[in-house]
Amino acid sequence: MAAYCARRLVQSLLILLGVSIITFALLYLLPADPARQIAGRSATPEMVASIRHQLGLDQPFYLQYLHYAGRLLSGDLGRSYVQRTDVTALILTRLPPTLVLMVGSIATELALGLVMGMTAALKRNTSVDRVLMVISFVGVSAPQFVLGILLLYVFAVRLAWFPIGGYGSLRQLVLPALTLGILGAGWYARMMRSSLLDVLQQDYLRTAHAKGLSGAVVLLRHALPNAILPVIAMIGLDIGTFMSGIVVVESVFGWPGIGQLTWQAIQRVDIPIIMGVTLVSACAIVLGNLLADLIAPTIDPRIKLR
Amino acid sequence: MRVLRELFHRKLALLGLIVIVLTVGVALAAPEVVPHDPTEQLFDGLTLEGAPLPPGGTYWLGTDLLGRDLFSRLIYGARTSLLIGIVANGLAVTLGAAIGVIAGYVGGWVATALMRFTDLMMAFPALLLAIVLAAVFSPSLWVVALVIAMVSWVQVARVIYAETQALARREFVEAERAMGAGRLRILWHHILPHLVSTLLVWGTLGISTTVLLEATLSFLGIGVQPPTPSWGNIIFENQTYFGSAPWLVFLPGIAIVALALAFNLVGDALRDILDPMQRGQH
Amino acid sequence: MHFLREGLLAGAAVLALSLASAQAAPKQGGAMTVTYKDDVATLDPAIGYDWQNWSMIKSLFSRLMDYEPGTATLAKDLADSFDISPDGTIYTFHIHHGVKFTNGRELTAEDVKYSLDRTVNPKTQSPGASFFHSMKGYDDVAAGKADSLTGVTAVDPYTIKIELTQPDATFLQVLALNFASVVPKEAVAEAGADFGKHPVGSGAFRLAEWMLGQRLVLDRNKGYFKPGLPYLDRITFEVGQEPLVAQLRLQRGEVDIAGDGIPPAKFLEVMQDPQYKDLIVQGHELQTGYLTMKTTLKPFSDVRVRRAVNMAVNKERIVRIINGRAAVANQILPPGMPGYDASYKGYPYDPAKAKALLKEAGLADGFSTELYVNNTDPNPRIAQAIQQDLAAVGIKAAIKSLDQANVIAAGGEPDQAPLVWSGGMAWSADFPDPSDFFGPILGCASASKGGWNWAYYCNKDLDQQGIAADAMADPAKAGERAKKWGGIFTKVMEDAPWVPIFNETRYTIHSARIAGTNNDVFVDPVHTPVNYDALYAKDVQ
Repeated sequence: MAAYCARRLVQSLLILLGVSIITFALLYLLPADPARQIAGRSATPEMVASIRHQLGLDQPFYLQYLHYAGRLLSGDLGRSYVQRTDVTALILTRLPPTLVLMVGSIATELALGLVMGMTAALKRNTSVDRVLMVISFVGVSAPQFVLGILLLYVFAVRLAWFPIGGYGSLRQLVLPALTLGILGAGWYARMMRSSLLDVLQQDYLRTAHAKGLSGAVVLLRHALPNAILPVIAMIGLDIGTFMSGIVVVESVFGWPGIGQLTWQAIQRVDIPIIMGVTLVSACAIVLGNLLADLIAPTIDPRIKLR
Repeated sequence: MRVLRELFHRKLALLGLIVIVLTVGVALAAPEVVPHDPTEQLFDGLTLEGAPLPPGGTYWLGTDLLGRDLFSRLIYGARTSLLIGIVANGLAVTLGAAIGVIAGYVGGWVATALMRFTDLMMAFPALLLAIVLAAVFSPSLWVVALVIAMVSWVQVARVIYAETQALARREFVEAERAMGAGRLRILWHHILPHLVSTLLVWGTLGISTTVLLEATLSFLGIGVQPPTPSWGNIIFENQTYFGSAPWLVFLPGIAIVALALAFNLVGDALRDILDPMQRGQH
Repeated sequence: MHFLREGLLAGAAVLALSLASAQAAPKQGGAMTVTYKDDVATLDPAIGYDWQNWSMIKSLFSRLMDYEPGTATLAKDLADSFDISPDGTIYTFHIHHGVKFTNGRELTAEDVKYSLDRTVNPKTQSPGASFFHSMKGYDDVAAGKADSLTGVTAVDPYTIKIELTQPDATFLQVLALNFASVVPKEAVAEAGADFGKHPVGSGAFRLAEWMLGQRLVLDRNKGYFKPGLPYLDRITFEVGQEPLVAQLRLQRGEVDIAGDGIPPAKFLEVMQDPQYKDLIVQGHELQTGYLTMKTTLKPFSDVRVRRAVNMAVNKERIVRIINGRAAVANQILPPGMPGYDASYKGYPYDPAKAKALLKEAGLADGFSTELYVNNTDPNPRIAQAIQQDLAAVGIKAAIKSLDQANVIAAGGEPDQAPLVWSGGMAWSADFPDPSDFFGPILGCASASKGGWNWAYYCNKDLDQQGIAADAMADPAKAGERAKKWGGIFTKVMEDAPWVPIFNETRYTIHSARIAGTNNDVFVDPVHTPVNYDALYAKDVQ
């Protein structure tokens, strides 16, 4: 097990290295010139050249990358051209709101998804089951920006049940977490349904029934915990979708997290921030995958009866 | 075919199929069906102060902020969204299948290299990669389709890889090899046919994802460029008006959801029919 | 008659009293909240050049000159008085005694010199360095050969002498720019590259708190050298707020000023709502929105084609599309700028004539080209309107909607971006002077890679005339100078490298509890968007 972990860790680091090279190369190809951006509109060509030299942008590609990678090892993600701040400091300030949102959206998708899936499985093939499954399909098919705007409009603007965006209180977390969570809830509802149906058909449960345990007890103590495990294993893989989703959702709700930072950075072609955020997101995704890979093999559907 | 018959038996999938056929039909017949040129900024399409018209007047579904007929734009938007969705997904599935098959069949270091590359691509948040790619290659219709394909092929590759690996190890393949059959022949006759059902499922389900991705990219302003209408960029152009002109945001939104949902329903049903073992998983 | 005269006297007394109380300074106190969409990048006066931080920096720092609140009239700030030598090349400023930085130290002439040297020094990477090109010693410092401007001398702690290489009519305006703000050497040394996040100045406010990405708080500088100013105790800036959200919050009373203005989506609704009538202030920014044509690329190298484009664009329709938030422009300078010619007619909207001109130029079948535009609303819409107008005369323009930085980069290349709509990046005056509208965007020197002269327009004769006009530093000659500039711009319009389309009208909406010493401070032409020093809270009066 330890050897497996170590191997996966090394693989993950190599992957991150690859991500950094590819992103750096892509951003290098961008036509916008950061030196001119900083120099402003009244600058002379000499000023622009001087700035370019100061930023090290006149060096060949591989040298620029090596310097970047070198600084990376000490945790320095460079300085933003537009924001004039340390990228690491900027990302660290914005990480807490995104983490809060992540917890909120995972909680939402689990709560909604597991409940919907369980209900659908217990009432299988009735109209309740069908309706819930359609709802879960719709959840998966709705673009998050439409959903976000819809929720904002209906619940914050029209009904004024929630504040219109912003960060700081639990009430402000509800709508963005819901927007992000509905997608995952759709997946999890269907997963939970089929997982629970599979578990409910297992022999050992029939044995439990035969032994006289009531339906509810069987469900709660034996069926559910085993049905949930595959779903939990999937959460790690969801990080990827989450990292993409926050770019849009944080911007729609004015949530001061990494997603909003990313979108602003892309609009102003702030290359150091784009690099930094991509690396951080890739880290999160790789971590999520790692966790999912480590948890999944340990799932053993057979349990001991009490 | 058996598949079609099974499909017709599932009500939801049938509904999805009808929506798809309708949309494709409308998209193909667009020039005949539209009441107005979708890019024409009509003079009476705006009020005197420049506000768009709500649905229910001369213009069925109202007009947008430049005075263009929304209904016509939605119809042409169907064209764009479908075209990109299908082309991008086709490319993604082809690319993913190619990589997966080669890796699964050839094995060895080729497989390791290809699969590590796949893992690498998976580590990028899809939207972020798409955004950066779109910034590097300034967006046109085909660039958008290409960019979407670039971020969507990974899952297909993994699944096809696993399946090809499993298939390649089966006894009859070993037997054929022992008999001296060429690798290509084995690939063509014994492996690919078994992959068809998976490809079909991904080919359908994937369109839902590519349609959504195109809508999101256009919503962010880096997808299909106006004045060519796409459902996503109609929302992009009018997003801040969701309070004063909600029809401009929610009508295209409903269209996107309907199409994505239709492909999801059909794809899911196909998966149920063709491979019951995979029911309900990602 | 006796009581009539007494009555008149009494009435006059009452009138005088009420006038006096109306002129009495507002009481200090109160707080306000302002929202912005984008985070503030930096508060370093040598570097800050954004919409949000320009007026914040004006309130955090002082400089030799400034403007009367709400106007474009020059006024002395740090300088108690100044003398100009008869030949116009030597300026001597007498600095106010007792001005303190917020770290306690008194401001002296050495600090003024240090700040100017710092701005011009290329290591600072200041976008405003080139404004100071007329100071002696500028060339050496800008090239990195020297650290000190030879033309700037601190004669004694309260006197600073600045020598120019030639008379410059815009010089006093340049000294009123943020880039000329005075910073304390030790604070810069201590903070290093992070001075922009830990500013220390001598302005009306000081930075109390800054949470990146969320908010900044400015507190009143209790030691400010102008007694009784500013009025507000505290200003909180909330960033990351979309204009639409900010507007909704303002309507709910949570926010006092929406820094990015009324979003287009709410514009008509808000303007027509009687409850906001007194809370909306209208101002004219010194700004022009224009379409540039690359004069070095065919077919725009032919002046007939450029004039045809000028006549093909339906400017009234475009103004309608933006809900009337602008006035149609027929020339390059905006109204209110010296040199603006109210009698100039410009090119009429005449598609038939445009087609005829194109035919004359041998392009009866039209041609294909590209129109670059910044992708923030409403610019893509405006670009599409222009596209339709051009199509009507046979010009097929494909739209390239990109982020601002990419459009600017393409515009600066000699062989890219044949047409650029300047919206969102449009030139607005750094200071209210026509020369600022010429050099960086129409002068020969900026018709180069990376320059903002996207039309690559170069008329050496007009360049010379501009230099001569700027040498007329004598204030008595101001009228003549304005006329000279007006003539230069009329000639430019004859060459038609641009299509001036509109001059944007700025609207600021504020809450009922905030007022200004005069209404124009809400649409201050220089302290954009709002002059924080001149606002007070009604609820503490």
